[in-house]
Amino acid sequence: MAATSAFQAACHAYRRDLVLAFRHWGQVAQPLVFFVIVATLFPLALGPQLGELREIAGGALWVAALLASLLGVELLFRADHADGTLEQMLLCGQPLAVLVLAKGLAHWTVCGLPLVLLSPLVAAGLGAPTAANGTLVASLALGTGILSALGAIGSALTLGLRRGSLLLGLLVLPLAMPALIFGARAVDLAVHGDSARGPLLLLSAMLVLAMTLAPPAVAAALRISAE
Amino acid sequence: MNWTWFHKLASPPHAYRIAARLIPWFACPAGILIAAGLYGGLVLAPADYQQGDGFRIVYVHAPSAWLSMQVYATMAAAAAVGLIWRIKLAHAVAAASAPIGASFTFLALVTGAVWGKPMWGTWWVWDARLTSELILLFLYAGVMALRASIEDRDRADRAAAVLAIVGVVNLPIIHYSVYWWNTLHQPATLTKLGKPSMAGDMLWPLLAMLLGFTLYYAAVLLVRLRGEILRRERDAAWLGTEVAR
Amino acid sequence: MLAGVSLTLAAAQCLHVLGANGSGKTTLLRVITGLVTPEQGRVEWNGQPTAANRDAWHASFSYLAHSDGLKPELTARENLAFEVGLRRPLVEGETEEALREVGLAAERDQPAGFLSAGQRRRLAVARVLLAAVPLWILDEPFTNLDAAGTTLVAALIGRHLDAGGAAIIAAHQPPAIPGHAPWRLELA
Repeated sequence: MAATSAFQAACHAYRRDLVLAFRHWGQVAQPLVFFVIVATLFPLALGPQLGELREIAGGALWVAALLASLLGVELLFRADHADGTLEQMLLCGQPLAVLVLAKGLAHWTVCGLPLVLLSPLVAAGLGAPTAANGTLVASLALGTGILSALGAIGSALTLGLRRGSLLLGLLVLPLAMPALIFGARAVDLAVHGDSARGPLLLLSAMLVLAMTLAPPAVAAALRISAE
Repeated sequence: MNWTWFHKLASPPHAYRIAARLIPWFACPAGILIAAGLYGGLVLAPADYQQGDGFRIVYVHAPSAWLSMQVYATMAAAAAVGLIWRIKLAHAVAAASAPIGASFTFLALVTGAVWGKPMWGTWWVWDARLTSELILLFLYAGVMALRASIEDRDRADRAAAVLAIVGVVNLPIIHYSVYWWNTLHQPATLTKLGKPSMAGDMLWPLLAMLLGFTLYYAAVLLVRLRGEILRRERDAAWLGTEVAR
Repeated sequence: MLAGVSLTLAAAQCLHVLGANGSGKTTLLRVITGLVTPEQGRVEWNGQPTAANRDAWHASFSYLAHSDGLKPELTARENLAFEVGLRRPLVEGETEEALREVGLAAERDQPAGFLSAGQRRRLAVARVLLAAVPLWILDEPFTNLDAAGTTLVAALIGRHLDAGGAAIIAAHQPPAIPGHAPWRLELA
């Protein structure tokens, strides 16, 4: 009997996760709302002057995106682990790293992409000029991808643990600091009208590294957690 | 090649006994070197013309920082060995090393702060190296927290191993990013906990401290390793006869 | 936990693993599937150690765990299509056929979360059936099933064995499989 190729299985897994996400609108929207809430904390804490907010806009947006991604990454494996479908995925005979990559992409499509698309709106609230939007969107697109990858590693390692969410933050945030440095810097440069080519290229490099190295690490972590 | 010596070493009873015998061989030289280094650095070496006597803290700060990274690399290497070849003792070495490395990191941070106070008047500066050390401390905390949160020892070992390896891959990226971030946001003249350029008399105590700290790490590792072995092999038969000896 | 367990299974044979709660039935099955790696010993399939080519080994069996492994938000048909589709491309009508075999044809478009526990178990068995693999590894397949369901599943296992397949079943009660007397492995 013919077997499904790894690529077809990946497309399959991608489609399945999208279908599941669409039936769970509420859950999927939560990280997005969290993003807006955290971004709102900054004006409340620092004062309403848009001029001042503009100085910290890059950093604030990125911190908000980072925390929101952390929240969203829970969706990746938790439900599958609870109802036993993750175990079945470990046993389906397809290379696990490929399936993990597909799930990661689906997760980004559902959690990362909306955040990226919403960011110009939030950025305007923090005083960022519209000219900065291109760089903002690019940096967050790359950044949320990196965060999804790192979050997947953390999520796979802390699967099924009590208070796993707290531990997840402790594990993932230090690893995400380089992305934060360059991403916030990119937005900052754009807000002040300078070219952000350097940081964006570095972010791209980090994304490529993350997409290459994270799936096998996640696969190994999933097998360890399944025991 | 005859690998039996390696397999012998990897067996807990042997490791337990060999560790006991090796400890004095590391601890004594460590003590001597550290004492010599401290005397040389704190008493003998001339005061730095720029920083006065305040620079002397470097004799503790620099070796601690160096060790903090070495221990992380060792921990990750041991974790990788344990993961790939499924050698439990390697996981025990990684587990025993983590708190030692975290302590070195903490020491580096504290001595860094102590150094900063007379120099710039504040207890903390976001200097590249100090920030790097801080992030390293977070990485250690993550590995230790993960290991502590998982009840099944095997799963805990292997999960912590994956995390340690992911951390060690990230370490150069973090270092470079933080260094770049630091040069970007602060003018070069202001804050650099740089080692003053060292003449001979100032250098040998530093090397002595470095070597002393390394041997100290080895000695403490062996002590903790024995403790780890005891904890893991609690129900094993060989332990009864061993303790009776 | 498990020590000194050794077994061999050939085609058209069925193994019944039994033992008290906590004796390690589930652990044994999980070691066989490869989810758990034993400290000593190994599993072989067709003479080759399974650890050598894990993916190929996984493609040769279907595992029914304690949990059903179904997504409550997906319909019965979608669950089958997605899970088995990961293994092999499905032909038009195969999922309907499998649902008919387990008596769930009417619940085809019901989300799995709305099915009863017994119906979900039967759906999980349909997934094993649809995978079309030589070896079935079933952990407590008759849980939550009524008498009719138990007979149905036993008949399906019997048919699988008749066709040359093999099965390993962990269960408290000996499974009454028509036309086959299972080997017994009792764990202390």
